[in-house]
Amino acid sequence: MNEVTVFIMGKGYHVPEGLTIMKAMEYAGYRLGRGCGCRGGYCGACATVYRLRGDYRLYADLACQTPVQDGMYIAQIPFTPAERPPYQLADLQPRGETLLSLFPELARCVACNTCTKACPQKLEVMDAVQAALRGDIPQVAELTFDCVSCGLCTMRCPAEISHHHVWQLARRLNGAYLTPRALHVQKRVQEVAAGVFKADLDALLSLGKDALVAAYKAREIES
Amino acid sequence: MKKLAYFPGCAMKDQARPDEAGTLHALAALGYEVAEIPRWNCCGTVHSLAKDDLMRHVGPVRNLIRVQGMGEKRVLTLCAMCYGTLKRSAQFVREEERLARINAFLDTEEDFRGGIEVVHLLTLLRDEVGYEKLASRVKRTLNGLKVATYYGCVLLRPREFAVDDPDRPEVMERVVEALGGAPVPFPERMECCGAYLTVGRSDIVTDRVGRILRSARGSGADLVVTTCPLCQFNLAERRPPVAPTLPVLYLGQVLGWAFGADEPANLFPLGGAR
Ligand code: SF4
Ligand code: SF4
Ligand code: SF4
Ligand code: SF4
Ligand code: FES
Repeated sequence: MNEVTVFIMGKGYHVPEGLTIMKAMEYAGYRLGRGCGCRGGYCGACATVYRLRGDYRLYADLACQTPVQDGMYIAQIPFTPAERPPYQLADLQPRGETLLSLFPELARCVACNTCTKACPQKLEVMDAVQAALRGDIPQVAELTFDCVSCGLCTMRCPAEISHHHVWQLARRLNGAYLTPRALHVQKRVQEVAAGVFKADLDALLSLGKDALVAAYKAREIES
Repeated sequence: MKKLAYFPGCAMKDQARPDEAGTLHALAALGYEVAEIPRWNCCGTVHSLAKDDLMRHVGPVRNLIRVQGMGEKRVLTLCAMCYGTLKRSAQFVREEERLARINAFLDTEEDFRGGIEVVHLLTLLRDEVGYEKLASRVKRTLNGLKVATYYGCVLLRPREFAVDDPDRPEVMERVVEALGGAPVPFPERMECCGAYLTVGRSDIVTDRVGRILRSARGSGADLVVTTCPLCQFNLAERRPPVAPTLPVLYLGQVLGWAFGADEPANLFPLGGAR
C-alpha cells in the first residue's frame, strides 16, 4: 500500500494514497462530529483549506470530495460565521435595491476574484456578486444554483460579503416573483384536494402483498 | 461599421436602461458596431483617496483585460464615474512596477499589457465623429430648444482626467448646437450633484439639485441634459418639491431621438421641438 504524508492541523500523518481528506482524517484518528455531513459533496459541511509544499496558493475544497496529496497541509473550517439579516419574503420587492439594502457590503466588492478561486463548486462567484450589484436577480440565481453554502468564498472575501445568504435571497426572490408560475402544479394540487385520485389510492391500499408486487411489476415506466 | 468595445457600468443595466437604448441607437446611426465587453465587473464607482490604493485598481484593470481579450484598443463608457475610474486605472498601470504587481495579483487572467484607451461618449463625438457629421445625421432637429448643459464634477475633475477644459468646457454645448438646440451654459453646470450621497444622505443631494435646477431655469432653459446616469437620476428624482419642473435627460437619449429612434414616451419636451 502506497502512503502519503499529510499534515492535519499541523501534525504529520502517514495515510494510504487515494483516500479523501475526510477519510484520511478518520484514518488518522479524528472523529468528525462537525465538518461532516452527507459525504457526497452536497451538504457543504466539510469545507477545508490546504496548501501544497512549494506552492504559494491557498486551496479550498470539500474534504469528502478531494483526494489527499503528498505534502498537503490541511485545516478544516466546519463553520463560517456569516451575517443574515432577518426578512419576510412577502414584504420584499424583486429588485436590485432589495439585495443592496439587506446586504450593503456587496458594494464593497473590489473585483479581486478571490471568492471564485475558493469555490469548490467552481461557480463564477465574483460574477454573481457583480450581477447582484447591478440588480440582475435571475442571473444571480442562475450562477449560484449549485452553491452548497460551504462558506469558503465568504471566509476569503476581503469585502466581508456573506455570499451564500445573498444567493439564497436572490433565488428566493427569483422563485417567488420572477420565474413563471408552475400552473400545472397548482392544477394538480387542486385535483388532489378535490379527491380526484382518492378512488385509485384506496384501491391500491386495499391490495394484498402479492397483488401489490404484481401491480408494481406491471406499472407503466416512462422511457 | 466600426467596432467599438463598450463598458456599460451598473447604472446602464439597471435604472438607466432607457438611456442606454437611446445612446446605442445613436451610435449605430453614426456607424458604430458596439460590442459590450464580456463578464465586466463594476468599475468601483469612486476612486480611492488613499495613497496606497492598488487594490482599488484591480476591478477596473480586470475590465481593461477583457477589452484586450476582445482584441480591441479602446473602450467606450457612458457614465462619468465609469470613465473616471477606468481612465485612472489605465493611467495608474502605465508605471511598470504597478503593472507587475497587479498582474501578479490577477493570476487567473491573462497579463494586462497596457495601452487601452478609455473614451467617453463626449470625447468620442468630439474627437472622432465630429460636430459636422453629427449635424448631418439629424432627422429631428431640436429646433432652437434651450438646453442647459450639465457637466457635474467628475467629467472635468481632476484636471488630468477631464474630458474638456475644466474651467471653460464646451463639448456638450457644441453637441447640443449640432443637434439644432440652443445651449444654455448656466452658472451651476459644473457643480457636484452629490453623487452617491443619494444613497445615505439624499437630503444633501436634494439641496444641491434644487440649486442646480434653479440656476438652469434662471438662465432660461427648457431642458437639462447630462452625460452621467447618476447625475440624471439625482437631478430628475431627488429634486426638492419646490424646484422648477424642468425635465432632465441623458444626452445619449436626446441623440437617439434626434437620429430618429422610436420616441420613448418620457422624451418630453422633445416631442414639441419638431
Ligand atoms: S459560492 Fe461560496 S458558499 Fe457557495 S459553494 Fe461556492 S464557495 Fe461555497
Ligand atoms: S472575494 Fe469579495 S471582494 Fe473579491 S471579488 Fe469576491 S466578492 Fe468581490
Ligand atoms: S494588504 Fe492585503 S494583500 Fe497585502 S498582505 Fe495584507 S491582506 Fe494580504
Ligand atoms: S460608475 Fe456607476 S454605474 Fe459606472 S460601473 Fe461604476 S458603479 Fe457601476
Ligand atoms: S460532507 Fe457534505 S459536502 Fe462533504
